[in-house]
Amino acid sequence: MILIWIVFIPVIGGLLARLSGGLGRSAPAWVSLGTLTIAFSLTAGLFAGAGESAEGRWLAEVKLPWISQLGVSFHLAMDGLSLALVALTFFLGACAVVSSWTEVRERSGLFQLNLMLTIAGITGAFLAMDLFLFYFFWELMLIPMFILIALWGHENRRYASIKFFIFTQAGSLLMLVAILVLFFIHGRATGEYTFSYEALLSTPMGYTAEFLLMLAFFAAFAVKLPVFPFHTWLPEAHTEAPTAGSVILAGLLLKTGGYGLIRFVVPLFPEASFDFAPYAFALAVIGIIYGAVLAFGQRDIKRLVAYTSVSHMGFVLLGVYAWNELALQGVLVQMVCHGVSTGALFMIAGALQERLHTRDISEMGGLWTGAPKMGAAALVFALASLGLPGLGNFIGEFLVFLGVFTVSPEAAILAAAGLVLSAIYSLWIIQRVFHGPQKTGITDFGRREMAAFVPMIAVIVWLGLFPQPLLDLFGQTLRTLNVTASVPVEAGSGVEKLDAGSAVYRISLTARE
Amino acid sequence: MSPSELSALLPILITAAAASALTAAAGFYSKHGFVAGFTMAAFALSFASIFIAAPAAPIAVSSLLVVDGFALFFMGLIYAAAFAVALLSYGYNGGAGGKHTEYYILLLLSALGAAVLAGSRHFASFFLGLEILSVSLFGLAAYMRSPKGNEAGLKYLVLAGASSAFLVFGMALVYAATGSMEFSAASALATRGGGPLSLAGMALIVAGAGFKLAVVPFHGWTPDVYEGAPAPVGAFIASVSKGAVVAVLMRLMGGSLASGGPLFTFLAAVAVASMFAGNLLALFQENVKRVLAYSSIAHLGYLLVAFLASGSFAAGAVAFYLAAYFVSIIGAFGVVTVLSVNGSDVDSLESYRGLAWRRPLIGAVFTAMLLSLAGIPLTAGFVGKFYLVAAGAASSMWILVLSLALSSVIGFYYYLRIILVLFSPSPRELPAEAEVHPAGSAALMALFAVLVFMGVYPGPFLSLVGAAASGLWQ
Repeated sequence: MILIWIVFIPVIGGLLARLSGGLGRSAPAWVSLGTLTIAFSLTAGLFAGAGESAEGRWLAEVKLPWISQLGVSFHLAMDGLSLALVALTFFLGACAVVSSWTEVRERSGLFQLNLMLTIAGITGAFLAMDLFLFYFFWELMLIPMFILIALWGHENRRYASIKFFIFTQAGSLLMLVAILVLFFIHGRATGEYTFSYEALLSTPMGYTAEFLLMLAFFAAFAVKLPVFPFHTWLPEAHTEAPTAGSVILAGLLLKTGGYGLIRFVVPLFPEASFDFAPYAFALAVIGIIYGAVLAFGQRDIKRLVAYTSVSHMGFVLLGVYAWNELALQGVLVQMVCHGVSTGALFMIAGALQERLHTRDISEMGGLWTGAPKMGAAALVFALASLGLPGLGNFIGEFLVFLGVFTVSPEAAILAAAGLVLSAIYSLWIIQRVFHGPQKTGITDFGRREMAAFVPMIAVIVWLGLFPQPLLDLFGQTLRTLNVTASVPVEAGSGVEKLDAGSAVYRISLTARE
Repeated sequence: MSPSELSALLPILITAAAASALTAAAGFYSKHGFVAGFTMAAFALSFASIFIAAPAAPIAVSSLLVVDGFALFFMGLIYAAAFAVALLSYGYNGGAGGKHTEYYILLLLSALGAAVLAGSRHFASFFLGLEILSVSLFGLAAYMRSPKGNEAGLKYLVLAGASSAFLVFGMALVYAATGSMEFSAASALATRGGGPLSLAGMALIVAGAGFKLAVVPFHGWTPDVYEGAPAPVGAFIASVSKGAVVAVLMRLMGGSLASGGPLFTFLAAVAVASMFAGNLLALFQENVKRVLAYSSIAHLGYLLVAFLASGSFAAGAVAFYLAAYFVSIIGAFGVVTVLSVNGSDVDSLESYRGLAWRRPLIGAVFTAMLLSLAGIPLTAGFVGKFYLVAAGAASSMWILVLSLALSSVIGFYYYLRIILVLFSPSPRELPAEAEVHPAGSAALMALFAVLVFMGVYPGPFLSLVGAAASGLWQ
């Protein structure tokens, strides 16, 4: 039951926020903040209890009949992976609310409603264990996000919002077809027509079908993540969205892509994913380097941060297709830390724009003098984003490298080169915006903003110094995902594909000895 | 006629009686309120009588009509849609005052024609039903007697005439080949492949029906007629007249089309062309009614995907999708209706700028209807589209399914475009807008409720559809 509350509390809160629009301009924001705090504490409660109930597959589960005629059930379940991402969702959601406190002046009730509906959709997608339900939430989060960009965005919002919607929809519709094909393949083979994730995991199917279905699923998640050739919607959408929208987009929406790859693509289509891995590595490496290189070329600070997301999400793709314990742990840490650090960078960009009315980096400079707190926060997150040891992103990237290296040293080496580039652009932001001769005056962060930034910094530092709780949380999930410990690849002996249920990259255990 | 036959025919009889009674009564008393109320009562009564007819079903009433679950389902859909259209029309025609008797008589008659089509199993009743439907419709299309309305009526008249000619000739050819006017003979023939004579006959019937369905390449009349006809009539043409023809085609040839056969290939090509042409042409329209017209072309293309798929699952998909489409398209036209006053429809896209802020409720309803047409979750259109793709995938019709997916991506653009216009800031100088009549708002709210219910909890409706579809080809 608690999962139903977790999904619906934001919806209820959003409606209340909409209704509270008449009570004053910041009333809706207070309502949203309160709602997200409640939802977050529920999630934290689950986290606290996670240790005890860890024997089963799920930490919490709820399954209700919904559309039995089509084999659809309302099945939500939470494991460590979902829990971490749901907690991130509410945390960043609250930060997004704070960041848009003064930015959104018109129709703040409706704004908060859409924000909360997006969050509800994302939460639902992280928890749905029925493919119909998953698709339902997957689509559901798009409309409010579209409205957020289209109504409260910047100059070029119309174009950006429609592009965002059409790109993601094109991928999703391919996935819809694939879900239905999977449904029928499973139904015909076993006689059980169901959209249940657990049932579909062991669908017997031919290799060609598996490969095509894998590609269709991959298309949907690759657009969201985004993977290199499908990323063109991202810079537009992130740049034109209002600050809160950018935070949600970069911090959460992209993570649904990574989540989908881990939860659906590889487990449902293990053989095909195994064969696809080299191509995924190639796309990931191109994305890492391409995103980093393009990030240099930007004068618009939001665009710059947007391209760094393309680069950082390359690590997620890399780690997922390495599919071993280390790499996947790295992916989870990377997703959480990227969510927080990029969210924070977008909030800083938004704060700059709100104060200076420009996003052009060349018009900024020497802001540290006027805004030391903002500068310090920016420095922390720029360092996090370049992967400084001691901050969370480093752990994520490092684990991904370790995991990937055992599978494909070439990919790991090339990706590490991308990390060098990230050091350059991260420091470049700090140098151009906060150092040098002071070009313009600025007001520093107030108490409200610091209230959002201090916890974000705390999370990044916590995960950088002591990531073990998060890794433990994920450990349970890793076992159910049938991941084996990463071991060096030795030709002929190490990696073998065996037929064993839904086991994924079966690295034969003998190789460990 | 046995009592059970009589009770099975009750829905049709009530509508027919109501049309005659209204014609007779109109000579003495023709207040708008009375006439509209009478019409709505007749529709409600016909709808209610479906539940009386249901125990008798399935039953063949003479060799012309059959009343089974499928027919009753479509009759229910037709009467419910007609009721909504009548309610919308009441507000549209200016409330209690005025004289609009002919309008409602024609509405009753066209619903009667549609209901006959839903239950027809013989070429004679097919033709009869279709003629009752079309003759009343071109009267309705030209009802406002504006230049555009006249154009719409005339166009519809000419094309309805032409399509009937095709249809009758096709029926004659099939009759020549089989010696029977009953559908069962014709569909048996289609299953066997038939000779060139019957193939030509069926092709002509498909062409004739294609005009009514407004699928490419028979779609040319649609945008002009939708634009010229009064908005509620547009809703009726887009929903009821198409749904009834789909029902009769399902009975005539649905499920019996040999995959890969010439008719199947032809219809598949028609489906793909309709999806793409409808969606692409809608991109360039500045008139909401024209957008909806092209959108309806695309939607009939989607529908053909399930139509071509075989089995009762696909028949259920057709029925469900039609229901979802009925709700969304009537709702969308309903918004145009409630904003329009007598004779001059508010249909240019610009006049919708900022509507969501000026009239939040109507803006929200319109947004929901458009999202449903686009197939977004929480709306009936989503479940409908899901069902369609499922039917196509179950029959492994990959080209059709992928065309559906790709063309609906194109479709998002124009739906979103309207939504963006609805939500953009209001223009400085507001156009003169009519007060929304309560009847219109009531109809919209009801449609909205059904839309969301079907989207969130489609279970009961799916059972209904499944039961209706399972008996179709026994």
